[in-house]
Order: sequence, then structure tokens, then C-alpha cells
Amino acid sequence: MSDEPRLPPVTQIGMTSLALIVAGGIYLAAKLPEHVPLGPAIALLVLSAALLAGNMLALSRVRDFNWRRFWQVFRWALLAYAVTAGLIGYSFVRNGLRGGPLVVLSLSLVVYALHVPLLIAFTVARYDREPATEPASAT
Amino acid sequence: MSDVVLPAPAEAPPAPALPRPDFEIVPRKGLIGVAIVFAALIVAIAMDKLWPLTFFHVAFGAAWTILDLMLGFVLGPILGRLSPAARIELTIRLMPKMLLILPTVVTCTLAAGWQLGHFLHTIDSGYHLHGWIVASYIVVGIMAIIALGLLEPANVAVLFELKKPRPNPAVIQRLMKRFIFTAGITGAMQIATLVIMTKLASG
Repeated sequence: MSDEPRLPPVTQIGMTSLALIVAGGIYLAAKLPEHVPLGPAIALLVLSAALLAGNMLALSRVRDFNWRRFWQVFRWALLAYAVTAGLIGYSFVRNGLRGGPLVVLSLSLVVYALHVPLLIAFTVARYDREPATEPASAT
Repeated sequence: MSDVVLPAPAEAPPAPALPRPDFEIVPRKGLIGVAIVFAALIVAIAMDKLWPLTFFHVAFGAAWTILDLMLGFVLGPILGRLSPAARIELTIRLMPKMLLILPTVVTCTLAAGWQLGHFLHTIDSGYHLHGWIVASYIVVGIMAIIALGLLEPANVAVLFELKKPRPNPAVIQRLMKRFIFTAGITGAMQIATLVIMTKLASG
């Protein structure tokens, strides 16, 4: 099967990244409304964001990939998940979450709203073996 | 650890030309319903009253649980045993709806649930059943990771494959296996949700 293009483990890394922000969110939510030491939640968020960046970088280097389909799906999925992240964020703001925990949870929602569309678009494009188009810069 | 994609369709055995009804991957008419539900959710959170928050959390949470249990333990195994033509027919009619319904019920359940917990002070760390609340966070977290990372992408990808003039049966089979497997896991996790939520409701 040496002629099959190899792809980076985008799904595995994406799920690990999501698991990290979920863990950070549970850590914060479990201690509210008392004062919460933010260190562990920030560490988990930074790790999660680093995995997102790594995933994007690794994927951008793949040449034999249906980028046209990837961007088509990514854009619409991003819109959908930005809406759901916005609604969950609105509920945080509405019930008085402020300061550090609000910033960490909001940034976690940003990672979520970027990583889930990336996973959806990647899964669609990897099985859509039309002739490869432009590399990652294509929109 | 790296993924290997399936062979290109050109190398795969020729796909049988199965009749498929035309369909929209995302039903556009359904988006109107989603927009109405989300608008009502925003109003409910802004009002911060017990009944609307309870309605959204309980009604949509129940829909989420029932859908996951149905998909995981009833429809999933049935889908696996259907003939290819019947499976495609059911998939085309079911999956686009699931693409709208599941994220909507999950968002409403979580957003209203958080606000309801704030209203009732059940999310406070001093609440006497706080351990059960944290357990619910963990169960929902695990379900979210599986659903967002595996189930939802497989759902969308299988619909794109079925939109092609000659879908690759190997790709559909692989994605449907993933969908059914993950739906089974989330279905099992929903049993834990039922245990936790009934415990919380009964105090």
C-alpha cells in the first residue's frame, strides 16, 4: 500500500486537544463560584491550542489532498460551530462569570470552534479523492 | 501514528450504481427551525426564569438522551444489518436531519443547563450533591469529545460520499462503522447521564 498518501494523525491530535479543553473546563466549573487557581486551566488551554496549531501546520504540509473540499466544508462548519460556541459563551457571561475564568473558558470555546470544523473538513476531504488542488493556502 | 487514506476511487472495485434520491447535506429549510430554537434559547437565558430554563434543559436534554440511545442501541445495529440499498436510503433520509438536530439539542441542553444550575445554585461547589454535578460534567465531556471528534465528522463525510455520482462502498462502510460504533458509546454514556440526572432531580 506504499502508493497511498500518508496523512498526519489529525483526528487523534484533534480529539486530544478537545479532551484538554474539556478537562480545563471541568476543572474550572467544578470549583465555581469560589476563587479558582487558574494555573492548571491555563496550562491545559495552552497545550490544547498548541495541538491545534500543530495540527494546522502538519495538515498545511500535505500536498496530495483535496484542499478545495477541505476549505468548502471548513468555512460552513466554522460558521455553525462559532454560533454554538457563541451561545455557550453567552450563557457564561449572562450568569456572571467574570475575570480569569471567563477569559480561559472563552479561549477554550475559540479552540473548540476552530478544531471541530477542522476535524469535520479533514474527514470529508481525506475520503474525497478528487484530483489534488492548491495547497493549504487555497481558500 | 499516522492515518492512511483508502485507495482512490479509481483503484477501488467499481461501485454498483444504486438508485439514490437527491438530498441536501444540510437541509436548508431546517436551518429556519434551528434559528428559531436558538433565538428562543437566548430569550430564555436572558429572562433567567425557572420555567423557560427548565423547559430547555429538560426537554432538549431528554431529546438528546433518547436520540443517542435510539441511534446507539436501536437504529445503529439495524443499519448495520440492512442491505446496501436500504442502508443508503435510510442514511440519506436520516443523517441530514441528525446533522441539524443533534448539535441543536446539545447546545440548548448545555447552555440552558448551565444557566439553570446558576439559577438554582446547583453548580456551586457548596451544593450538597456537587460530586454528582462534577460527574455529569465528566460524562458530558467524554460524550462531547467522541461526538465532535469522531461521530460528527463521519456523519458529514458519509453524506458527501453519497452525493457523488458513484459513491465508494468501501468508504461508506468504513464511515458508517465509525458512526455506529461511536453512537453505541455515546448511547452507553447516556445511561450514566440518566442515573446522574435522576439522582440530582430526587435530591
